Amino acid sequence: MDLFEYQARDLFAKHGVPVLAGEVIDTPEAAREITERLGGKSVVKAQVKVGGRGKAGGVKLAATPDEAVARATDILGMDIKGHTVHKVMIAETAPEIVEEYYVSYLLDRTNRTFLAMASVAGGMDIEEVAATTPEKLAKIPVDANEGVTKEKAQEIVAAAQFPAEVADKVADVLVILWKTFIAEDALLVEVNPLAKVASGDVLALDGKVSLDANAEFRHPDFEELEDKAAANPLEAAAKAKNLNYVKLEGEVGIIGNGAGLVMSTLDVVAYAGEAHKGVKPANFLDIGGGASAEVMANGLEIILGDPDVKSVFVNVFGGITACDAVANGIVQALELLKSKGEEVNKPLVVRLDGNNAELGRKILTDANHPLVQQVDTMDGAADKAAELAAAAK
Amino acid sequence: MAIFLTKESKVIVQGMTGSEGQKHTKRMLASGTNIVGGVNPRKAGTSVDFDGTEIPVFGTVAEAIEKTGADVTVIFVPEKFTKDAVVEAIDAEIPLAVVITEGIAVHDTASFWAHAQARGNKTRIIGPNCPGLITPGQSNAGIIPADITKPGRIGLVSKSGTLTYQMMYELRDIGFSSCVGIGGDPIIGTTHIDALAAFQADPDTDLIVMIGEIGGDAEERAADFIKANVTKPVVGYVAGFTAPEGKTMGHAGAIVSGSSGTAQAKKEALEAAGVKVGKTPTETAKLAREILAG
Repeated sequence: MDLFEYQARDLFAKHGVPVLAGEVIDTPEAAREITERLGGKSVVKAQVKVGGRGKAGGVKLAATPDEAVARATDILGMDIKGHTVHKVMIAETAPEIVEEYYVSYLLDRTNRTFLAMASVAGGMDIEEVAATTPEKLAKIPVDANEGVTKEKAQEIVAAAQFPAEVADKVADVLVILWKTFIAEDALLVEVNPLAKVASGDVLALDGKVSLDANAEFRHPDFEELEDKAAANPLEAAAKAKNLNYVKLEGEVGIIGNGAGLVMSTLDVVAYAGEAHKGVKPANFLDIGGGASAEVMANGLEIILGDPDVKSVFVNVFGGITACDAVANGIVQALELLKSKGEEVNKPLVVRLDGNNAELGRKILTDANHPLVQQVDTMDGAADKAAELAAAAK
Repeated sequence: MAIFLTKESKVIVQGMTGSEGQKHTKRMLASGTNIVGGVNPRKAGTSVDFDGTEIPVFGTVAEAIEKTGADVTVIFVPEKFTKDAVVEAIDAEIPLAVVITEGIAVHDTASFWAHAQARGNKTRIIGPNCPGLITPGQSNAGIIPADITKPGRIGLVSKSGTLTYQMMYELRDIGFSSCVGIGGDPIIGTTHIDALAAFQADPDTDLIVMIGEIGGDAEERAADFIKANVTKPVVGYVAGFTAPEGKTMGHAGAIVSGSSGTAQAKKEALEAAGVKVGKTPTETAKLAREILAG
């Protein structure tokens, strides 16, 4: 889960990373009072989860409270690389910046550990620095259990060749930032720029934080950090029902069991679609191993509620779950939806294989639902679902 | 022979007394696994009856090893307690720990992995968030259905549970030496490379099927490994060509970040290493069949 800058700022402040004052607002007028409190001037910063907002005009200085309102008016509603700005942060103006550095911690999947990255060439062009002069970006592995002590922080600082006069201050920030990374179960904490200001202090002027959704069990506050406004309504509805769903752009609704099989199903439908007007999968939906009638009904309800969906492909391999249970689930789900007064008018192609597949197929055959048809193979069923979606397109 | 798990394996179950643990212990026993004990500190000294087979419960992994000679543990404990369970298994130096639990925080996995390294890597870890492994006809450590296929000469390694089952089913008439589900989390213990190396060395494996998916660069690194070290034929499949950038597709590790971790890049890397890559699971199975038929 990626956070907005203001959420990252709040987390940094909570753990003692030096940051500037800032508050988030969603109406321009609120900028006035905050700017007055900040001493009459402020920086108005668009809150979008995409890089390059400064270059896109999403960060503006305001010399007066009136100007802050005007800049907030300009920036709220702006489109930055496809992201609409719904919130701006009104931040304290930074003291004179002398130098801009970069520091971060992240998960290093390849080496199955964490990684510290640091550079004295921070700021807006850090990605280019990393790409063209990788020697300027120090990368130091961090042992998950040993963590970043002051000594380790000094090693990182030395590797990145920070100037002597800031080395100790940067090392202190690195220690606190590590505590933030661990305490918040982050996958990424990044400060860019970490600015050296005229007084000689270092300040985190902008940051990125990504949190591990799997750690929600020990962070009940994670839910409040979710950007519910930006979530697709179907994704939000699916999440409320504990379904693992991702909305996509196509026309064939997909339900399957197991993340890998569902991903594979999307691909197989996309290939099949090449011969059927280019139809594509409309969603990812993994109903998991247990596929009860209720879960099946919840899944079908979400998918049938998607106006883009023209046909549905239910692809189940019965491993632990027996296919007869899945077939009963489908039949009951259709009845359940009917009893709730929901219109089921899109064709369903069902492929059942594996444990008790024949029994499952027989249940569906006997139920003889007019919208349900069965195909025995995954590739064949994908082709049928794509054909039906193309016909309805 | 097979890899990692044989009929000689003595298996304990951490979390055997919980509902998932009980359900799957019963299934593992039914498929012939030599289950010698369970571990639950609060129920030490008791036993659990599985259709007439009494399985003793020990207080610790170390005690279970001492009393039974166990060399494999299958871990079903809930995600909040998984890290401690794995650390306990590592400290007891059990040779193989299979972590079935899904939804583990990546900091916990990173921590137990670092602990295993610090302790000299005496415990092979499979998972987390995986279906475990099966050596058909011999032993089954995890949740893979035992009745899909029979013993044979194909080795299978996969990030995905259901795709493992699908592939076992597609090639059920030929049969498998061992099938290893390594899991789809961002950090996993046993990798594609570890399984490839073991299958290469296994005299009972003639061909290897490798299933990958989007996210990370494990498949690319496996491709490099195959090129340099694997002489047996390898057939591959990669899921997630249609996955959008920046979205997690079910498995915590299944995410395309920017231009990295794409299915296309993985497929190309595998093909460059001489691996035949199928467009669908069925086509992949067909490629395996063709190679085995000569």
